[in-house]
Amino acid sequence: MTTQGAAQQPDARPPAFLEPEHFDDVIQILRRRGYRTIGPTRRDGAIVYDEIESAQDLPVGWTDEQSPGRYRVRPRGDHALFAYASAAHAWKRFLHPPNLQLWRAQRTNGHVELVADSAPPPRYAFVGVRACDLEAIRRLDQVMMDGPYVDHVYRALRRDAFLVAVNCCDPSGTCFCVSMGTGPRVTGLADLVLTEMVGAGRHFLTLAAGTASGQEVLDELGRRAATDEECRLADASVEAAAQNMGRSLAVDGLREALANSPEHPRWEHVSKRCLTCGSCTLSCPTCFCSTVEDVTALRGDATERRRLWDTCFSVEFSYLHGGSVRLSPRSRYRQWLTHKFSTWHDQFGVGGCVGCGRCITWCPVGIDVTEEASVIRQAVPLPGSTGPMTE
Amino acid sequence: MVPELYRVQRVRQETHDTFTLELRPQSGAARLTFKPGQFNMLYIFGTGEVPISVSGNPTGATLVHTTRAVGRVTHVMSRLRAGDVIGVRGPFGAPWPIDLARGHDLVIVAGGIGLPPLRPVIYHVLAHRGDYGRVVLLYGTRTPEDILFRAELERWRARFDLELHVTVDRGTPSWHGNVGVVTSLIPKAPFDARSAFAMICGPEVMIRFTAMELERRGVGTDHIYVSLERNMKCAVGFCGHCQFGPHFVCREGPVFAYDRVEDLVHRWEV
Ligand SMILES: Cc1cc2nc3c(=O)[nH]c(=O)nc-3n(C[C@H](O)[C@H](O)[C@H](O)COP(=O)(O)OP(=O)(O)OC[C@H]3O[C@@H](n4cnc5c(N)ncnc54)[C@H](O)[C@@H]3O)c2cc1C
Ligand code: SF4
Ligand code: SF4
Ligand code: FES
Repeated sequence: MTTQGAAQQPDARPPAFLEPEHFDDVIQILRRRGYRTIGPTRRDGAIVYDEIESAQDLPVGWTDEQSPGRYRVRPRGDHALFAYASAAHAWKRFLHPPNLQLWRAQRTNGHVELVADSAPPPRYAFVGVRACDLEAIRRLDQVMMDGPYVDHVYRALRRDAFLVAVNCCDPSGTCFCVSMGTGPRVTGLADLVLTEMVGAGRHFLTLAAGTASGQEVLDELGRRAATDEECRLADASVEAAAQNMGRSLAVDGLREALANSPEHPRWEHVSKRCLTCGSCTLSCPTCFCSTVEDVTALRGDATERRRLWDTCFSVEFSYLHGGSVRLSPRSRYRQWLTHKFSTWHDQFGVGGCVGCGRCITWCPVGIDVTEEASVIRQAVPLPGSTGPMTE
Repeated sequence: MVPELYRVQRVRQETHDTFTLELRPQSGAARLTFKPGQFNMLYIFGTGEVPISVSGNPTGATLVHTTRAVGRVTHVMSRLRAGDVIGVRGPFGAPWPIDLARGHDLVIVAGGIGLPPLRPVIYHVLAHRGDYGRVVLLYGTRTPEDILFRAELERWRARFDLELHVTVDRGTPSWHGNVGVVTSLIPKAPFDARSAFAMICGPEVMIRFTAMELERRGVGTDHIYVSLERNMKCAVGFCGHCQFGPHFVCREGPVFAYDRVEDLVHRWEV
């Protein structure tokens, strides 16, 4: 049972074996249990997460190619269900919606009443949460519900969500989860953990339960246990993925290097390329920043308070009366990179990057955080080394 | 995240651009309680929400905020009248170290609109005068017309147990007081630099120079407290706007011991 992050197993039952053409059974069981099933699907030339009604909505037989500033999908020539890397969207879109009503206010004769939305939140089942993205959800949990204040919308969505995680066998050119310690093997808590083995003339899935509700789904599925041989094959696919990362990043000393390099010339260098478009922060599965806005009805006696995703790349983000604190593009790039790899540690005891590669892929000019971070890291001597290395 | 509704009880125009609101819950319930230095998010119907420190007496009957009209939300706020309703969320943030400072001399340094967030400290200290050593209040504004809470300052200046000095950047013919920056008052102020606690609120440059001057006198950076401002949208650690290096100013601040932020305060565009 090495394949499936055994730590959270309620018991030591072996994973179930499932033919790929029967994966739809899992989706239908979840839907019968009242979940809105969200999973990868192919749309507008990309793999995105959206509602899926059956396994046919999955990008069957498709994979992605990702490199700095470039994303495309192409057919694989087989029937693999999960053989691609980070989708264009992150799951935060569902747990931390990009545009959310916080409350409404109604004014009648000088009396004001505030009403918070009380509709029950949807119960989501996320199908196909890759190892890095599962860890990203954990990091969002820390921000939105594990601190002194709790975001009730997030918590309600998160508490009810059913997670089907996927051990990743197909990293892309921008992945570096191994460096960040978040993948390709699922180690966090998920209800079900799936491994898809494709190759050498074989194609099958193994499914392990990580929670009691996951086990219920497996019981209802009623499949035989995977054999030791099948487990070994599945495990080897994940093992191979770990050797196949598109990128890597040396992280020892990186946190300190960033904290101590506010004047590094590289900030100016990267800011010459960065468009400060914020595409990286929108695609990042852990970036959580938001703003609020009032939407007032024309008559002026009703107003709605909405929360929207925001980006630290905008000038307005740090606005104080008299001007913005982070006016120069280099200070905004510095804020983003330093937060991800340095100050996030101070805030949450862990870094803010899970190595999913999205910010590299979706940057229109192909800026690569692993490259920027390593340049800064190399400029500062590591404890015990003799002096600064050069770029 | 949903504010509580408060009704404006009274509006007092302090100066041409600064006003004080006295608020009571619309529901008739008791007002929220706060510690000196904490702030609330004040929401103006259909306009927006801004962080404003509490400027009133911690034991007073109403919730009191003093605001300078500088932009969109605060301008609309300045047109509020008795009977209008606004939203209040709070209190948020870390307070001034009034407990830690007990038994010590106190130096309170305010610049401009930095006085209102410090006024609750003065109320507290005067109500517990025996708990503190010498108390010095140094206050700088742009012109004599910008002096806030003037009647109250004059009353306090008449006391023997409080040393109070006001200075202005630019005098007027009728002004016979100090002219110059507030830092110029520090060298001669009577306090024991080795043990005094200092509390500073004002524009960030003023905070930097005041802290430097206090350090020069021998006050330790762990005894200097400053209140910092950053853009704030949520006040509870979710929106990310208030980040200052590793700190969320809304939660860990706005009041910080200076030794925690000194490095950052001297960096550009943090
Ligand atoms: C903890 C804290 C306590 C404060 N206490 C007081 C106080 O007691 N009295 C007082 O007059 N002012 C205080 N301020 C400053 C006050 O919040 C701003 O002046 C106010 O937000 C300006 O809003 P505006 O819409 O009128 O200005 P605009 O210039 O139109 O600003 C647009 C937006 O930028 C943001 N913003 C602008 N300036 C500031 C600022 N200085 N701080 C934070 N956000 C800003 C707000 O979100 C505002 O809605 C405090 C700020 C902080 C952070
Ligand atoms: S910083 Fe980039 S690689 Fe890291 S989690 Fe965010 S999007 Fe993924
Ligand atoms: S790093 Fe790339 S994606 Fe991020 S703001 Fe700059 S140009 Fe946009
Ligand atoms: S104001 Fe939103 S995180 Fe501090």
